[in-house]
Amino acid sequence: MTATAPSPVLQARGLVKRYGHVTAIDGADFDLLPGEVLAVIGDNGAGKTSLIKALTGALVPDAGEIRLNGEPIQFSGPQSARSHGIETVYQDLAVAASMDIASNMFLGRELRRPGLLGNAFRMLDKKRMRQEAAEHMADLKIGLRSLTQAVETLSGGQRQAVAVARAVAWARSVVVMDEPTAALGVKESGQVLDLIRRVRDKGMPVVLISHNMPHVFEIADRIHVHRLGRRAAVIKPSDYSMAEVVAIMTGALTVDDAGGTVVADSDAAKAAGVQAN
Amino acid sequence: MTATSTPYADIKAPTTARRLLTAPTAGPLAALLIACLFFSLTTDQFLTGGNFSLIVQQVMVVGTLAIGQTLIILTAGIDLSCGTVMAFGSIVIAKMAAEGSVPPLVAIALGLAVCGGFGLANGLLVQKIPLPPFIVTLGMLNVAFALTHIYSEEQTISNLPGPVTALGETFPLGYTDITYGSLFTIALFLLFAYALSNTSWGRHVYALGNNKEAARLNGLRTSPLTIGIYTTAGVLYGIAALLLISRTGVGDPQAGQTDNLDSITAVVLGGTSLFGGRGSVLGTFIGVLIVGVFRNGLQLMGVASIYQTLITGVLVILAVTVDQISRKKAR
Repeated sequence: MTATAPSPVLQARGLVKRYGHVTAIDGADFDLLPGEVLAVIGDNGAGKTSLIKALTGALVPDAGEIRLNGEPIQFSGPQSARSHGIETVYQDLAVAASMDIASNMFLGRELRRPGLLGNAFRMLDKKRMRQEAAEHMADLKIGLRSLTQAVETLSGGQRQAVAVARAVAWARSVVVMDEPTAALGVKESGQVLDLIRRVRDKGMPVVLISHNMPHVFEIADRIHVHRLGRRAAVIKPSDYSMAEVVAIMTGALTVDDAGGTVVADSDAAKAAGVQAN
Repeated sequence: MTATSTPYADIKAPTTARRLLTAPTAGPLAALLIACLFFSLTTDQFLTGGNFSLIVQQVMVVGTLAIGQTLIILTAGIDLSCGTVMAFGSIVIAKMAAEGSVPPLVAIALGLAVCGGFGLANGLLVQKIPLPPFIVTLGMLNVAFALTHIYSEEQTISNLPGPVTALGETFPLGYTDITYGSLFTIALFLLFAYALSNTSWGRHVYALGNNKEAARLNGLRTSPLTIGIYTTAGVLYGIAALLLISRTGVGDPQAGQTDNLDSITAVVLGGTSLFGGRGSVLGTFIGVLIVGVFRNGLQLMGVASIYQTLITGVLVILAVTVDQISRKKAR
């Protein structure tokens, strides 16, 4: 870290969350820089889901501080994080299947007609919603045959594209994607990765939670490795091999301050096929 | 990357013709028209204004129940209690009004409030505990049934004051007499059709029935939404109670015992899916009319009423089969 490093969009220091005797988040730090794709990886039970929930308002941490664009902030719920411009894409394709694309995109944020029709009769402005949905989809170069078709007629990748477009349309600060490719096939995953790249290229920072190491290496600018409830390391994918990153994730290697790796568990490191550099 | 020209050809709404042909109500509507055509050709009395007025009068009570039932089924729920809740509401209105302890309009308001209260209780149990709608409303069916008989002391209540049965009065339209209740029922259908298709609330009802978790993750307040839907349905059952009284002129504790299944029949015939998230109130209106037209037409043909029930049963199974097959094709 140098003095000229850009200040983080989303930052956390010393987050703690306990459930009875279980400590899900154990003093975790987090930094998301402007315009980057930050992958968050970690073994099952490492607490990355809890960390992400804390950052998106889905859980309230017991201790620690979250800053959004430098300002300390406390989220009372997902709605509160959303109102601060943090949008989340969920792995299980959280869309309403029988509704069309525009309806899904504007779900919970419907536009009403101006004037009496909208105020007194609460009439929806379907035309404007379709137009704006079309613009958002075109903006991300998402090609679909039709905007008025029900989401259930789309492929899994296209559905996820709708969910991503929805998040990007409303996000002002951060888009968080929780395993966005977990439910998808190879080709569709590729389409979603392309889409994430385009989101980043628009200048929107993305937090990508993923189990899929090739995907992470393909798309992430930096990788936040989570282990035992806290941040074990933040690395650049170009500096390490996939095997080394897995070794850091499992605790076989640790990263020192200079960015070099230290063998913490020689047997495990040997098993993972890595050594300190 | 300009957004001025988008690759979507269909930003405009689909044409009316296309919408009509692809609408899920197209099948039920065709069935209704074919039935009407059939009975027009086989009986002399079917195709008359008076007979159509009669059909609407015969279906308005179940129709109003079916609006509430549609709302609940759209959320992937079901309401077995609607008929007995309505019966209890009708006894409350009739007894209060007949005894004269309160003004008739207050009696009506109390009846609506009681039915709304049942809806609220259903909604709270379904949402807050949470319990399956089938079980909650099955229990409430019995509660309302028992309360109806306890409160009425098994007596039919007659000698009702005018305002309570006002919806049963008629006005002439051409050569046909139409009841205000029929008009009121049609207005209710139009109101809820509008609310479901043209307001945020309607979108949220569909989203809830599609995928409750997705609706919640997308920021919808699913809890008050669900409770509100059940409560609204309850108030509709209260309105149905008023329509029932206006049609029969009495408060009858035996009323409404099979109306829960009749309302579900109408909803299903109208193309609304029991799995939630798809269907419409206009479809239910068509479904209600299908039941009414079949019963009326078969009656005019001299078919015994038990065969009418038989045919209605077959129609329901047919309708659900069509729904299931078309859903599979959509995948």
